[in-house]
Amino acid sequence: MSNVPSDLKYTTSHEWVRPLPDGRVEIGITDHAQSALGDLVFIDVPAAKRTLASGEACAVVESVKAASDVYSPVSGEVSESNPRLADTPELLNQDPYGAGWLTRLTLSSPGQLAGLLDAAGYAKFLDEEST
Amino acid sequence: MGLKTPLFDTHAGAGAKIVDFGGFDMPLHYGSQLEEHRAVRDGAGMFDVSHMCVIDIRGGRARPFLRHLLANDVARLRNPGKALYTCMLNPAAGIIDDLIVYFLDEQCFRLVVNAGTRGKDLAWIRAQSAPESLQIIERTDLAMLAVQGPRARELTARLLPEALRAEALALGVFSGAQIGNWFIARTGYTGEDGFEIMIPAADAPRLWAGLQAQGVAPAGLGARDTLRLEAGMSLYGNDMDESHNPLESGLAWTVAFEPADRDFIGRAALEKIRAAPSRHIVGLLLEDRGVLRSHQSVQTGAGPGEITSGGFAPTLNRSIALARVPIGAASPVHVDVRGKLLAARIVKPPFVRNGKALISL
Repeated sequence: MSNVPSDLKYTTSHEWVRPLPDGRVEIGITDHAQSALGDLVFIDVPAAKRTLASGEACAVVESVKAASDVYSPVSGEVSESNPRLADTPELLNQDPYGAGWLTRLTLSSPGQLAGLLDAAGYAKFLDEEST
Repeated sequence: MGLKTPLFDTHAGAGAKIVDFGGFDMPLHYGSQLEEHRAVRDGAGMFDVSHMCVIDIRGGRARPFLRHLLANDVARLRNPGKALYTCMLNPAAGIIDDLIVYFLDEQCFRLVVNAGTRGKDLAWIRAQSAPESLQIIERTDLAMLAVQGPRARELTARLLPEALRAEALALGVFSGAQIGNWFIARTGYTGEDGFEIMIPAADAPRLWAGLQAQGVAPAGLGARDTLRLEAGMSLYGNDMDESHNPLESGLAWTVAFEPADRDFIGRAALEKIRAAPSRHIVGLLLEDRGVLRSHQSVQTGAGPGEITSGGFAPTLNRSIALARVPIGAASPVHVDVRGKLLAARIVKPPFVRNGKALISL
């Protein structure tokens, strides 16, 4: 079973969102996603100041197997992206909810997280997807 | 649910991620494809290749039949156990399959063909053999393991009875021998030394467990693909198929045009192409960040080309590819990687052999 932390929000395209204390949000891909992709070898993250719309392809994660787009779960402006992933993409396999975070955004409007899945909802989605 | 090899339960029990390959349920990896790749380059890894199809051609006319059927010349096989890599062509010189043929004795040659082409290969071979009195026998009773890496031969030999050990270790490159009830050959698909071993299917799980106890790492099809790409070896369905001939697939070296009077299937078409070749396969090293993948288009000064196999090379920590480009294409070339044009340099495969990079990075 893949790990689904209870304090995050999720999408059906396997991204997670963590609200930060300063009001920004942190975005990554889930344990289920990294496991399905296999060993990651190249990660392209969005540049700071880039404006992202909800659902927009904002990052590329390439594994030994294939390339996949990552979609921004919310709209906002990129404040910073994870600089360590360029040289150590394996961080995303090892720690998808921690050191493997992708980018941090300032939300364009509050309240966007309410539309996302909670941990129970995402876990249920994974169950249904696997049957 | 696909076909299963005699080792399927072993793979499933080890937690392998199982995927379909050529109609078989096969292990893609057992946790980390990169670690499996490195195990083969640094020590020893083993692959279940029992999905590949073993065909024995029996009869006194086997040699002349194969000299007609195959683009390489089995006349080169003089000592029992010797192996030859070859294409099997259609009359238009399209590649029906690539295969290894072993000379066992004058009454028996053994072919190892791809899993995904098994049905059409058998049908083609039987159709061509119709006038001959030959037996075409599919050896579904055999399992096949590839043990590869700098320590592969030494670790495998430990599992042999002492009397047979020296014989196995004395095998020359691209040679095999029946040793007890194992057929052991010093062949492979990784660019490393090692053995490919055919044994009765029922014995496979015990051999696998024995090798693992010696420290040989199970490795899946994922690592097999990155290893063979680094070694510059072609994959059927990617780098060659029936709509491409060996000369434009990096396989000219496998075609025996001499002696000139040997009439092999595809020869006439191939000689016309040989007089005016237009495309060939080159190696690419990506200079920019990113990953090359098969089917990406390549822009060159001599016209467009296409990547036939691409990926990340763990040994080089860079992305590499095999690409079919117009003859005359020169560096730098540009590859359309997900809408961005990235610079790549033409290099001569193999990229890696015996654990070492053969190209400058």
